[in-house]
Amino acid sequence: MLDKNGIAKRIAKEIKDGYYVNLGIGIPTLCANYVPKGINVVFQSENGILGMGPFPFEGEEDADLINAGKQTVTLLPGASIFDSALSFGMIRAQKVDLTILGAMEVSENGDIANWKIPGKMVKGMGGAMDLVASAKNIIVAMQQVNKAGESKLLPKCTLPITGIRCIKKIVSELGVYDVLPEGGFKLLERAPGISVDYIKKSTAGKLIVEGEVPEMKAD
Amino acid sequence: MNKTVKNAEEAVRDIKDGATIALGGFGLCGIPENCITALVKKNVRNLTCISNNAGVDDFGLGLLLQGKQIKKMISSYVGENAEFERQMLSGELEVDLIPQGTLATRLMAGGYGMPAIFTPAGVGTEIAIGKEVRKFKFNGVEKEYLMEYAFEPEFAIVKAWKGDTEGNLIFRMTGRNFSPLVAMAGKITIAEVEELVQPGELVADQIHLPGIYVNRIFQGEKYEKRIEQRTVRKK
Repeated sequence: MLDKNGIAKRIAKEIKDGYYVNLGIGIPTLCANYVPKGINVVFQSENGILGMGPFPFEGEEDADLINAGKQTVTLLPGASIFDSALSFGMIRAQKVDLTILGAMEVSENGDIANWKIPGKMVKGMGGAMDLVASAKNIIVAMQQVNKAGESKLLPKCTLPITGIRCIKKIVSELGVYDVLPEGGFKLLERAPGISVDYIKKSTAGKLIVEGEVPEMKAD
Repeated sequence: MNKTVKNAEEAVRDIKDGATIALGGFGLCGIPENCITALVKKNVRNLTCISNNAGVDDFGLGLLLQGKQIKKMISSYVGENAEFERQMLSGELEVDLIPQGTLATRLMAGGYGMPAIFTPAGVGTEIAIGKEVRKFKFNGVEKEYLMEYAFEPEFAIVKAWKGDTEGNLIFRMTGRNFSPLVAMAGKITIAEVEELVQPGELVADQIHLPGIYVNRIFQGEKYEKRIEQRTVRKK
């Protein structure tokens, strides 16, 4: 079973040279730590940064320089700063190549729910609805099974949805999936030590398994 | 045209109970600290605030929430504020949560003289209920878009890094965020700046927001610039 860093590491392999990438809060943020060597990538933060760098050294924090998670960050050479309308403009116009975000539920037709638990968590959608409605390439990082043992890969989302038919790829603690245009989670890879049977039991929505499914390469 | 006012109190002098105010800032970054303090002191009530976030319990818009001065918030993310959550869940506070890009673009539309925009954000979700949906082909793909109206708040309050007495503004780093958009949407726009300079001291083609959008400007007395999430690495 993959931990948070394991999920981030696997997703980072999907980042290609020359990509502009938007990372969501949580596991997606960790992906920045695992970008393969030799790959040039520019991170976008939707509060208005292209070319976001790592956290500042102690004592060099700047209250005027934060990321979308309100954390202090730095700029890399070649970075630029802009306002929020332009930031979502480049997202809507699909200039950003890859969006990585977290989810509470994904349905077999690619709907995603990640912004609200009625009566409990009402924090707001932030930029999530804009991102999922516009991004051409979205990878979801999520826990497939919650603490109560319930699957979060569902026939239909039970929570209020963030966007419809927009998710094409998922990396969870158990495996890697494509969400097919005709519906269904196609299992591409298994997490180390996880069997297809276990994944079947952990997927409430339609699971598609074709032939031998390889185990994820550890490295 | 000299737009200088003495201080925050004078800048917010005609903001009355029931006013609609758009405020710049992202989290606690780039918020108009001095005007918020002046609004707390003035104790204006029943405000409608358009702002991406609602501050934290004891800073930013959280200060207006503590005094129950806000009737309605229009925001995209309000996660950092326990008092906000309490007032919202108890029904004391009306809340309209809208996507961040929609918020930014509705403000921009206000300043660009466009009554409405079309965005794909929220199509098929609960925020689309009651909204006009239209299909457009864009980037080679036909899909559905929601119509969203421009914001036209009575007042807009922003904080910039530098400004001149003509109202021209320059923002610093991600302190820019929603601020130029908020400033251009307001019927009356108030700018507080860290440093107020004379005309000619700012370089014309480096100005982020032209002074035509600003009605009142002053240099803030002090800036705390609180950091919400101090994240660092070791040297």
